Amino acid sequence: MSALAQAAAELATARKDILRIATAGSVDDGKSTLIGRLLYDSKAVFEDQYAAIERASRGDHVDLSLLTDGLRAEREQGITIDVAYRYFSTPRRTFILADTPGHVQYTRNMVTGASTADLAIVLVDARKGMLEQSRRHAFLASLLRVPHLVVAVNKMDLVDWSEEVYEGIREEFAAFATKLEVPDLTVVPISALQGDNVVTRSANTPWYEGTSLLHHLEHVHVASDRNLVDTRFPVQYVIRPQTDEFRDYRGYAGRVGSGVLRPGDEVQVLPSGLTTTIAAIDGPDGPLDAAFAPMSVTVRLTDDLDVSRGDMICRPHNAPTVTQDLDAMVCWMADTPLVPRMRLAVKHTTRSVRAVVKDLQYRLDVNTLHRDTTADGLGLNDIGRVTLRTTQPLFVDDYHRNRVTGRFILIDEATNATVGAGMLTPS
Amino acid sequence: MTTADHRLTQLQTLEAESIHVLREVAAESERPVLLFSGGKDSIVMLELARKAFAPARIPFPVMHVDTGLNFPEVLEFRDRRVAELGVELIVASVPDAIAAGTVRQEPNGSRNRIQTPVLLDAVERHGFTALFGGARRDEDKARAKERVFSFRDEFGQWDPKNQRPELWDLYNGRTHLGESIRVFPLSNWTELDIWGYIAQEEIAIPALYLAAERDVVDRAGMLYAVNEFITPKDGEQVERRSVRYRTVGDANLTAAVPSVAGTVAEVIAEIAVTRLTERGATRGDDKVSDAAMEDRKKEGYF
Repeated sequence: MSALAQAAAELATARKDILRIATAGSVDDGKSTLIGRLLYDSKAVFEDQYAAIERASRGDHVDLSLLTDGLRAEREQGITIDVAYRYFSTPRRTFILADTPGHVQYTRNMVTGASTADLAIVLVDARKGMLEQSRRHAFLASLLRVPHLVVAVNKMDLVDWSEEVYEGIREEFAAFATKLEVPDLTVVPISALQGDNVVTRSANTPWYEGTSLLHHLEHVHVASDRNLVDTRFPVQYVIRPQTDEFRDYRGYAGRVGSGVLRPGDEVQVLPSGLTTTIAAIDGPDGPLDAAFAPMSVTVRLTDDLDVSRGDMICRPHNAPTVTQDLDAMVCWMADTPLVPRMRLAVKHTTRSVRAVVKDLQYRLDVNTLHRDTTADGLGLNDIGRVTLRTTQPLFVDDYHRNRVTGRFILIDEATNATVGAGMLTPS
Repeated sequence: MTTADHRLTQLQTLEAESIHVLREVAAESERPVLLFSGGKDSIVMLELARKAFAPARIPFPVMHVDTGLNFPEVLEFRDRRVAELGVELIVASVPDAIAAGTVRQEPNGSRNRIQTPVLLDAVERHGFTALFGGARRDEDKARAKERVFSFRDEFGQWDPKNQRPELWDLYNGRTHLGESIRVFPLSNWTELDIWGYIAQEEIAIPALYLAAERDVVDRAGMLYAVNEFITPKDGEQVERRSVRYRTVGDANLTAAVPSVAGTVAEVIAEIAVTRLTERGATRGDDKVSDAAMEDRKKEGYF
């Protein structure tokens, strides 16, 4: 094998981790240009794609925003319909970017994109400063508890690289972020069009002491974002081979939600409350000495208990709350409004139950954060605090403590549509 | 396995995500089926299914929509792999449907579009409620907006404006009678991830994916290997060249690329420096228009 082949093979199987990013902003903020720039400068753009946008570009420059140009249905209507996923990588990290449209269905799309994100990028036009929609995007990122927030102050070239403009926006955002309990905020002055501070530091911003945007994305520390303390293992599927070789094999397959599981650990199974020990953990390549999020594994227990899908394996002295009463912030995503006494299906971890809406405590104005306690329903893209009563107990934690056991979706049983997203709050 | 620092590599993360998706469908869907063509993506998907349910057998059948235009090496591979895993193989045959008069092939010999009614017919006959496909979001811009769980109506149609929101990893696979869900466990994998995984796991693939000396004709810059379905036309020169296939589609329309990569690692090296997307380089059927994939997907194509 040639040295090149060897190097490439190592690259493809390298020990890189994945950073999941959500971007928010409208076309006017230069979001498509920024994403196009990241894809192009990290060489995720292929010759035929580049040739296609070169043909389609008007004016002197190749329009990088066309790289994220979407479906024909969208071009015809001049809007972006849906979350699009983009992929690029550098020698340090692989990036999965959820590109969410800024205008239409912004809450539904931004919430969807942010739900899996480690980091959110909010685009701000330097000429316009922090707008209502910038506040909204930052709020939604904090509601979904995206651990890292980056504000990209774009079009700095159009304000003559003014430190004053940048500082003004940075301070305003920092004050707002404190209210939102955003744990990590970074503000980068950029020009997506010209590439300043996107991949490399720009000579136009000598006053800026931070790193380029891509450098930040490559180095932001995400390992400690995971909860490695509270053991939560929702049982997803029971594996029973029933063959001669594996006659007595009974494995509980699932994805580790949080915490660390090890053979020999004393564990408790909910809802039965019975305790036993972990006999073995089987991973995709054989036995493991530890399992942690987001690994998909199969756990075998020492005792022959009755465990099935929807049950939860945890530690005896660190169990989630077992409850039928849920207090949650709900993002509503359907045309038919959410109203008290409505009946819905709930999917929480691997458990599906029914629920009734007991109360709508308030509707939140995502622009002003004002709580409207007189609201009688949640319309499409509204967010509010809701009380639900479920038919069966769920095993829950607050969303701010545990993103896995603190979240659920709401399903309309008549249409089977996903109509809401919920994040549990302390009652 | 890297457990000391509680970190996973990108391939381990993608593997865990795909296994979670496969198990979720097996747990919730009445009658799933996995689409297996013998192509590299479906080979990886089948390997992930094996791991997801080991040491038990894969708890659902696999289905091949057979256009009758197969590379013989790929068919052989399909049958061998299915036998090794002890899974049931269902073949939905396009030639049978042509013979029965239910579909007609296009004038250029493409059976790409007519796979769809044959697929939908098989789904209905077998009552499948969930279909695993090996599509990836990095393949095409219509795919970039596809959900992991993609809802299809009773005609198998995709409505990009009316997709179910997909939050966290809480998938909604509910369907009414006649409707189905297309599930894409490899959504977040890139072409390079697929090859990296094939190399890392030493997964067997059909020999077509590796470079060999083959007789080819050059048609508008695309190299087609002479086979049962491609015979040189008048004036076409047959050349002996070292080529490999990046995708394995219908044998009458899939072109090869010049290559000297005789091993998986060498293929990875070539791909890492290649600047043409997979579909653009080798699939005659995608060159028709910019929105070709979007149109086919709306009709129920995978």
